[in-house]
Amino acid sequence: MLIFKKCMRMLFLLFLVSFTAFMLLSLSPVDPLTVNVGQAALGSMSPEQIEKLKWYWGVDVPPLERFAAWAADFLRGDMGISLLYRRPVSQILWERAGNSLALMAAAWLLSGVLGLTLGIAAGIRRGRWMDRIVSAYAILMASTPAFWLALLFLLLFAVKLSWFPIGLSVPIGTNAEEVTLWERIHHAVLPALTLALSGSSNIILHTREKVIEVMESDFILFARARGESKRRILFAHALRNLLLPALTLQFASISELFGGSVLVEQVFSYTGLGAAAVTAGLGSDLPLLLGITVVSAGMVFFGNLAADLLYLKIDPRMRQGRKKRQVVAEGFWDRKQETGLQKRK
Amino acid sequence: MEQEMEEKKEGSPLLEIRHLSVCFTQYESLWRQRTVYAVRDLSLSLHAGEVVAVVGSSGSGKSLLAHAVMGILPYNAHEEGEILYQGERLTEKKLRKLRGNELVLVPQSVSYLDPLMQVGEQIRKGKRDEESKKRSLEILARYGLAAETENRYPFELSGGMIRRILISSAVMEKPKLVIADEPTPGLHMRAAKRVMGHFRELADEGAAVLLITHDLELALTAADRIVVLYAGMELEEAKASDFREESHLRHPYSKALFRAMPRNGFQVTAGNQPYGRAAESACPYAARCEYCQESCSQQKIETRTLRGGRVRCLLAE
Repeated sequence: MLIFKKCMRMLFLLFLVSFTAFMLLSLSPVDPLTVNVGQAALGSMSPEQIEKLKWYWGVDVPPLERFAAWAADFLRGDMGISLLYRRPVSQILWERAGNSLALMAAAWLLSGVLGLTLGIAAGIRRGRWMDRIVSAYAILMASTPAFWLALLFLLLFAVKLSWFPIGLSVPIGTNAEEVTLWERIHHAVLPALTLALSGSSNIILHTREKVIEVMESDFILFARARGESKRRILFAHALRNLLLPALTLQFASISELFGGSVLVEQVFSYTGLGAAAVTAGLGSDLPLLLGITVVSAGMVFFGNLAADLLYLKIDPRMRQGRKKRQVVAEGFWDRKQETGLQKRK
Repeated sequence: MEQEMEEKKEGSPLLEIRHLSVCFTQYESLWRQRTVYAVRDLSLSLHAGEVVAVVGSSGSGKSLLAHAVMGILPYNAHEEGEILYQGERLTEKKLRKLRGNELVLVPQSVSYLDPLMQVGEQIRKGKRDEESKKRSLEILARYGLAAETENRYPFELSGGMIRRILISSAVMEKPKLVIADEPTPGLHMRAAKRVMGHFRELADEGAAVLLITHDLELALTAADRIVVLYAGMELEEAKASDFREESHLRHPYSKALFRAMPRNGFQVTAGNQPYGRAAESACPYAARCEYCQESCSQQKIETRTLRGGRVRCLLAE
């Protein structure tokens, strides 16, 4: 039931997102012909040729009609053909998503692990040197733009030290079939690291705040008053209560990751979804851009859905049947009171 | 009964608090600090088998007294005076050994339970051996809680059940000293009286119980002695039986408390309790006291013994 409701909401969301993206693109002053064909080439063309190009880029079709046509095809499972790449959008997405998802998954996990451990380490040692170093690092990182960090890494690790390739997702001049997994990983390290580090600062700071809040809560004080060991206080009480906010944070960071990946992929010339989105946007490639928009919105949505479902699993206060349990508890209390009364009589 | 109490008092006390003060350093402005006293010069002794109630309205520093004895004051709090347990100073090292075994706290509210842990596990502090399980079931049964209560989370329980869970968690290890911090708010009279009964029972079984409460009337149902706190300062220590009649009481504030009890006419004395810095050494009650003289607010007033109790007042006789 919950999943059904969420899915309905997702459909509505996808509609709104794709429509907004479409409207933005059609409102943009960029003329697809000038950008993609070039002023000089256009000047040397015959009116018929230009007419044909206009038809190809859909310049004269009213925007709503274009959107309706795209949406109707999309609902039938046809994402259209990319105007720039002249290949089905689904095919391009499939290729690019493979690259990007691996990159983002690595960055996501790394930023989560890094953010959580550093955040906890800082939070439980509030005010000590560990906290100061971690907080300073997180604040510095939070105020560093991801693309600048990417450039810095390129300069340092790719140009100066030559530890990693300077760009692209596979080596230049190698056949696609011959690219090894190691080579792919080697190319993904720097972009993933950039994404993870810039994404982790947020998680560190939020986790630290939450740890401080939990450690100051009454139940931690009571656990101390009961002589529970530091270990048990941290692992049994604090971490348990930290788990839910940490999950929220982790899954909410997916959307930020998407945003970051666009910039980072651009800097590293990494052939992923983000780079494709930029190309599609600048080149007025409507089907490709909408395809990317819908797919990434869907992924962000499923990330949040996963978080919601995990809550239900983890948080006893949200579990199904909660109402029933509560009624049982109260009923029991009433019964006890009654029997207590009878005894007194 | 009274004689019996005197006998108990003659043995050495289990807990002795001597001139305890708890204060905080606060920033008054960016540059100026000031010291705020939450508890001021409090002395009391507690024997095994005895219930002593510390009574004071909110903001009189009662909870901090409990936290000071347990050694869990917040990091910005400063403690003066001495706390002796079985005649020895309660050091951090000693506390670490005693806390949760001989020395237990019954906290104020449900927020002292981990919201995400089943109460059974909390009562047992995570122990899983058969003996602990058996003991926790026994305790639950003793307080009228069904065995399945163990598997519930705090949010699933009513206020009265939470209270009994908190008491259960305290008696798991057969404590010698029980400190109960406001154990009754949010309960209706009958449930509150039953909770008080549980503490009396613990004392009758040989534990010493320090009851911290704002509810004088309820405290009188269980306590042997009452310590009256005002603005963090101890004004009087009286036998519970002294509260049967106004003339047996010593301090004007205790008398006012007496008159404010529903059965004695609900009379309210005008004014408010000062907080923190006001009246640092002189009588904190001076501003509201009908007998107040000039000397009351000029000198530091020590407690003195009077008619089998103690009082901090120049004029009481």
